[in-house]
Amino acid sequence: MQPQQEYDLSMTSQPVPYMERTRLYYEAQGFEKPYVWAHFDEVPFTPLAKPLQESTLALITTASLYDRALTDVREVASASSTTPPPRLYGNDLSWDKKTTHLDDRSSYLPIEYLTELVADGRIGALSKRFHCAPTEYSQKHTLEVDAPEILRRCREDAVDVALLVPL
Amino acid sequence: MCLVARYFEAAGVPTVILGSALDIVEHCGVPRFVYSDMPLGNPCGKPFDREMQRAIVAQTVDVLQTADKPRTTVKVPYPFSGDGSWRERYLEVRAGDAARLAKLGAERRAQRQRVRGEGRVRED
Repeated sequence: MQPQQEYDLSMTSQPVPYMERTRLYYEAQGFEKPYVWAHFDEVPFTPLAKPLQESTLALITTASLYDRALTDVREVASASSTTPPPRLYGNDLSWDKKTTHLDDRSSYLPIEYLTELVADGRIGALSKRFHCAPTEYSQKHTLEVDAPEILRRCREDAVDVALLVPL
Repeated sequence: MCLVARYFEAAGVPTVILGSALDIVEHCGVPRFVYSDMPLGNPCGKPFDREMQRAIVAQTVDVLQTADKPRTTVKVPYPFSGDGSWRERYLEVRAGDAARLAKLGAERRAQRQRVRGEGRVRED
């Protein structure tokens, strides 16, 4: 394991232990096999090939373009970054529905702020499409189907860097 | 999303993840992560707090060029709310919840069976 870069946790309380919460919650529901979270010892790393102010950035979210049922098959979807839909959806995903909401799109899909950063010259461009990544129970499906498809779409749009914002 | 970031990075596309599930992301191991201490659902900041959201997104994008090694985690310094009581609520299991949760689990398993019976591939 490589060491984590240090960060300051003194400003607020300790981070929520999501893995432990999830394990206890589904155990209480009678599921016998706990979910096995993805874990890797090796982590790939690619430095920027050119300055950010010359790079095209793609935005990727786990929210969806329509209100899916829990059992709907999930597929990669894309939409315009210049005329984005007024809201996205995530009722079938796990997030803190007791505390907050998805009524403010900017709280999970920061297109307007990225557009400002482009106008300010801090980012070269925002790619013409943003992408919705399905969050699959099957890690194999994510790695063999969804991730390659999102990358293929980003290549089509001449993307240099990506910002991923999971709910 | 961690898997997508790793896939992109291995293919030569630098990434940064902006999210709130610190333990899950670090357990997986990703190139660059900005930890936003918000309830799951609002990683860019509190709903309708434009200044907070703008600052979090700008700091996140900067990490693309400041990170010099994998497993870089940067925490952005914005709290969601004063008392922090939201931290206890997500997937909370309270005393007295046992029967309700057991019923919920049974319903989910029955739903999975139905989906599989219909030949659909969704696993969860």
